Amino acid sequence: MRNYIVARLLAIIPTTMVLILFVVVLIRLLPGDAIDVLLEEQVRLDDVSRAELEARLGLDKSLPEEFVRYTLGTLRGDLGNSIFTEESVTGLIRQRIGVTLTMGVMALVIGATTGVVIGIISAVRRNNLLDYFLRSVSIAGLSIPNFAIATAVIVFPTIWWKWSPPVIYTPPGDGIWPYVAQFFTPALILGLSLSASLMRLTRTMMLEVLRQDYITTARSKGAGEGTVVLRHALRNALIPVVSLLGIQVAFLLSGTVILESIFSLPGLGRTLIGALTARDYPVVQGLTVVSGLLVIMVNLMVDVSYGVLDPRTRTE
Amino acid sequence: MAVAGDAMLAPREPSLVARWGTTLVRFTRRQPIGAFSAAVLVLLVFIAIFADVIAPYSPTRNNVGESLIAPSTDHFFGTDQFGRDLFSRVIHGARISLYVGLGATFGAAAFATILGAVSGYLGGVFDYIVQRFVDASQALPPLVMLIAILVVLEPSVTNVIIALAARGSLSLSRVVRGAVIGIRAFPFIDAARAMGASTPRILLRHILPNIFPVVVVLMSTSIGGYIVAEASLSFLGFGVPPPTPSWGGIMSAEGRLYMIVQPWILVFPTIALSLVVYVMNMFGDALRDELDPRLRGSR
Repeated sequence: MRNYIVARLLAIIPTTMVLILFVVVLIRLLPGDAIDVLLEEQVRLDDVSRAELEARLGLDKSLPEEFVRYTLGTLRGDLGNSIFTEESVTGLIRQRIGVTLTMGVMALVIGATTGVVIGIISAVRRNNLLDYFLRSVSIAGLSIPNFAIATAVIVFPTIWWKWSPPVIYTPPGDGIWPYVAQFFTPALILGLSLSASLMRLTRTMMLEVLRQDYITTARSKGAGEGTVVLRHALRNALIPVVSLLGIQVAFLLSGTVILESIFSLPGLGRTLIGALTARDYPVVQGLTVVSGLLVIMVNLMVDVSYGVLDPRTRTE
Repeated sequence: MAVAGDAMLAPREPSLVARWGTTLVRFTRRQPIGAFSAAVLVLLVFIAIFADVIAPYSPTRNNVGESLIAPSTDHFFGTDQFGRDLFSRVIHGARISLYVGLGATFGAAAFATILGAVSGYLGGVFDYIVQRFVDASQALPPLVMLIAILVVLEPSVTNVIIALAARGSLSLSRVVRGAVIGIRAFPFIDAARAMGASTPRILLRHILPNIFPVVVVLMSTSIGGYIVAEASLSFLGFGVPPPTPSWGGIMSAEGRLYMIVQPWILVFPTIALSLVVYVMNMFGDALRDELDPRLRGSR
């Protein structure tokens, strides 16, 4: 088990290096006149020379030099500075990451709970009316994009009841309950869109596991149906569901970009959109690396959790 | 059967049309939802091709005097804040969605096949490096990677397709690679190599035909995702630039205030988008079940 975790940790290094390479190369792919556009359009860059701006973007160094500089910086927790405000990108991320993490964790909890619970119900009550209903709803849920649902959630209550979910941000200083409550609607939308595929996989895996001999054995030993389903079947059925959850974290972060923009929540996603619109490339680079690292970390935790869920991986 | 002797001895090859017909009937019988979805898809492709003929108005013509009208016989879906006919815009949006969806699917599949086949067959250092790139692309939230690429390339229909295909091909190549590694172990590959076949020849003549079903399934199951991704990008303003009608663009945030007056601006593109994605997913699932029995019911 320890070797497995060490191997998994070492595998992060090359992936992270490619991630950094991507953002360093990205800046170099900008068309030649992009610097001129920045200098002309941005009032805030009035007294900045062209050479100074290129230095801020790391364009004054060769690709290998800049790659090494960025990698060392990332290791120290320094992701460069905004080209406009010269604010540190790490500081900006530290300020904004709470919103994204709160919403992401809430969505994940909502999505995983509903997905798994409905998946179990659907598998146990296979092919009856409830199963068909739940499966139809989940397929419909997979087909309606979350930005359409989120817009509808704002537009229709306004039309019908002259009320809409608040799109003004409440900082955590104003009390923990209002802070958490404002994420409920977006997290619910995001969570339910995650739960559809989780539900389908849980159902398939439960049906697969419930056919196994050891389930028959458990039943013949007189175990109650609840014990069989929850203790013997669920634990084995959950392994692929957990790895799907790991894969979905990347999509979850995509969803936070959309929902933070719609609900005006100042998280990483909204910061990214703002930085892109203003063409603040170092902020874009930093956010890209950090979101990649977040996904890598979650997947590492998922891989380690196999050891807890499935004893077979411990000896490998 | 009382047929002339000669005809019995030399049964005629069924014509190509008849064979296609048989396949179609068999597919319909086994996958009724898949066949229904295929029919809706054909209809949508038809609408997209003949959008100019079907749409009663130009999708980009402003007419401020007729802004924010509710659905009527003149404007089936009503009009938006610029007085543009929503029905015409949704019809033309089908063209953009399908064009981007199909373009990204074929682009991603072509690149994924080459990358996956070469990486899986050669193995070694090349494979290791390619797989780290795939790892990194999968670690990036899709939307973040797509927007980052599009801001550098400048948004346009072609660049949206390029960005989607780039992101898609890296993930798909891993599945292709897996299939190639499976096939590489078969004796007929060793036989071909023993007979002196070159690496490109083995890849093209022996490996490629065998991974073709896998690629077709990947294409059919991924197209819905590309269509949603295009809509999401256009919704956020980083996709197909206005005034080109894209479903995501029609629903975008600038129109939200007007949706309170005329909610159909939101409703019709949502229905169109969800229908296409639903139909694509159903068709992809049915095709996968048909072509790859091992995957049956795995989702």
